Amino acid sequence: MSNRRHILNADAFDQLFDALRDAGYTTVGPTLHDGAIVYDALTCAADLPVGWIDVQEAGRYAVQDTGSGRYFDYTVGPHTWKRFLRPPREPLFEAIRSGAGVAFHAAAAPEETYALMGVRACDLAALGVLDAVLTGQTYVDTRYATRRSRAFVVAVQCARAGNTCFCVSMNTGPRASAGFDLALTELKDAGRHVFVVEVGSPRGATIAAALGLRDSTEEDWAAARAVSAATAANMGRQLDTTGLVSLLQQEAENPLWNDIAQRCLACANCTMVCPTCFCTTVEIDSDLEQTRASHTQVSDSCFHASFTQMHGGPPVRDTTSARYRQWLTHKLSTWHDQFGHSGCVGCGRCVTWCPVGIDLTAEAARLRASHEERA
Amino acid sequence: MSVYLPRPFVVDAVERETADTVTLVIRPQSGLAPAMKAGQFAMLSAFGTGEVPISVSRIARDRLHHTIRHVGEATRALTALKTGDSLGFRGPFGTAWPLAAAVGKDLLVLAGGLGLAPLRPVLDYVMNHRDRFARVSVLYGTREVSQVLFGRDHKAWRSLMSLRMTVDHDVRQPDCAPWSGQVGVITKLIPKATYDAQNTVAMVCGPEIMMRFSARDLEASGIERANIHVSLERNMKCAVGLCGHCQLSNFLVCRDGAVLSYDRVAPLLTVREL
Ligand SMILES: Cc1cc2nc3c(=O)[nH]c(=O)nc-3n(C[C@H](O)[C@H](O)[C@H](O)COP(=O)(O)OP(=O)(O)OC[C@H]3O[C@@H](n4cnc5c(N)ncnc54)[C@H](O)[C@@H]3O)c2cc1C
Ligand code: SF4
Ligand code: SF4
Ligand code: FES
Repeated sequence: MSNRRHILNADAFDQLFDALRDAGYTTVGPTLHDGAIVYDALTCAADLPVGWIDVQEAGRYAVQDTGSGRYFDYTVGPHTWKRFLRPPREPLFEAIRSGAGVAFHAAAAPEETYALMGVRACDLAALGVLDAVLTGQTYVDTRYATRRSRAFVVAVQCARAGNTCFCVSMNTGPRASAGFDLALTELKDAGRHVFVVEVGSPRGATIAAALGLRDSTEEDWAAARAVSAATAANMGRQLDTTGLVSLLQQEAENPLWNDIAQRCLACANCTMVCPTCFCTTVEIDSDLEQTRASHTQVSDSCFHASFTQMHGGPPVRDTTSARYRQWLTHKLSTWHDQFGHSGCVGCGRCVTWCPVGIDLTAEAARLRASHEERA
Repeated sequence: MSVYLPRPFVVDAVERETADTVTLVIRPQSGLAPAMKAGQFAMLSAFGTGEVPISVSRIARDRLHHTIRHVGEATRALTALKTGDSLGFRGPFGTAWPLAAAVGKDLLVLAGGLGLAPLRPVLDYVMNHRDRFARVSVLYGTREVSQVLFGRDHKAWRSLMSLRMTVDHDVRQPDCAPWSGQVGVITKLIPKATYDAQNTVAMVCGPEIMMRFSARDLEASGIERANIHVSLERNMKCAVGLCGHCQLSNFLVCRDGAVLSYDRVAPLLTVREL
């Protein structure tokens, strides 16, 4: 595999979009829509939120036009890449009845071939987390696996950390070192506006070759690394993960969970914006004649009462306290036992998009303090 | 092939067990029945309703038995199926009762209510291989006499193992012989069973509270936690570790269970709403 590094002039950025289109990819990535930076189809570099930044705090999100002309100075918004690789509604199969017999027809295989433009290090790690859950166990989610293996990943090395970012604590960023086809570091000063392009795969090398790029110099590479070092020094949040896996399981009956539940609305926003939450349920629609029934997988959330429904009684996790405990403990603790790594990549979305500003880094720290007080 | 795609099965026979419970004897619409182990379950679905986890209650050569209680939407549709009707089947899933670990030892089987169904393949195995075990005791508790399952098997069981029953309430059916068993909770039967605690494997299935108290008393009687096995129940949508519904702390019950040894789950069963 080539590890070569190149320089792409920002005024030739459209060539990358063209090369991806010519290679058969549908490019999706950040774009400004209704006051938020969301992921949608992109046709050219101008579709990106050029010059915009986002301002994030617990429970708050706003965008600002800085006029900087930079392409990637915002961080992550309310969308995640799972909306493309594992859409919120997925057809599973159709049951067709004739007489007493029944036949099951699997849904047609997905056709989409995406290029994901502007994947941040935390979100690249989140794709790795989803891969482990959906493709790394005995049974594989083939629809996800199909889209994922086809997807072309253009990573972006963050030049600005958001106020709710804590990828450094989770050891997932801010610099992505693997898992991408191409990675861009944006350099802009009075003299020039370029991307340092890292090639991470043979597929990436093919696209890079189509662009006819010049090689980068040692100085370019040093400048690119300096961008990441500066970002790493500016994390908005941090989380001490030392011993957290067992600590949180030991604190299952800490009264602090009830305290958090006083504020938590159980609205499920955190699970919807989280790039690793994978839970789903199944919906069934049948026709009036009862001859056809389609089964559809839809995203679900552990904050919903129905999630743990059992017959003839309340759900297993009946209270908001129990549901928030499940969410936070799963992300930071039991995920390790289930899949061998953290379920949280430190993207900060759940902190920003919580309507009442519940901050999992702060709650985990409070639980740690309470644990240590008693120890 | 999608892991979510069911296989078409046909109902070969319907055996009524109690007012709300039937056993469906099923086979694939074509091809061979999958090999299932005692303790495993399948996701069953009647047309147009959801898939639900149902344990295998008898493993015949080319037929599978599933004993289902009508408690809601999906089980209503399943228990209404007639001979010749079709249904969807995905499986087998989950872990099995550790029969091999019990060979040469005393075997203690504790069933509460419908919990006897997932344990019946264990008793079938004992009937066919009685010489592989030392003492075999079955302790079975139900709410009332009318709920007693598999009465037609009891005589044979009693010939090769000890079967003790208890009911929570002694509600006499008009046309029934007087109840000869015990009245009260199943844990009261434990002291009556004879077993060598150092050399016993216990398999426990029933409502979670019944399993919790039974396991606690079995442990108190000297059986090590690792030799006590329970079968846990959680909401399940996929049964293949992909939907997240069946989580119990660090376990995915569909993947790591449903049969789990008590040493792994004991601390989890006492935390409310976990
Ligand atoms: C491993 C395992 C083995 C089981 N074996 C048997 C068996 O052999 N015989 C039998 O009759 N039942 C068994 N059950 C319970 C059975 O799955 C439920 O009774 C069934 O799911 C209820 O569905 P429903 O639509 O009729 O009820 P509803 O109350 O209408 O169901 C609503 C939702 O809750 C879920 N749900 C409700 N009760 C349960 C429950 N007890 N466990 C899990 N999910 C539930 C349903 O799947 C559905 O998603 C087993 C459960 C598990 C987990
Ligand atoms: S838990 Fe929060 S910070 Fe962690 S990955 Fe999910 S949304 Fe991001
Ligand atoms: S936190 Fe909740 S919704 Fe997210 S993966 Fe875990 S159980 Fe599922
Ligand atoms: S039932 Fe879906 S993960 Fe266990």
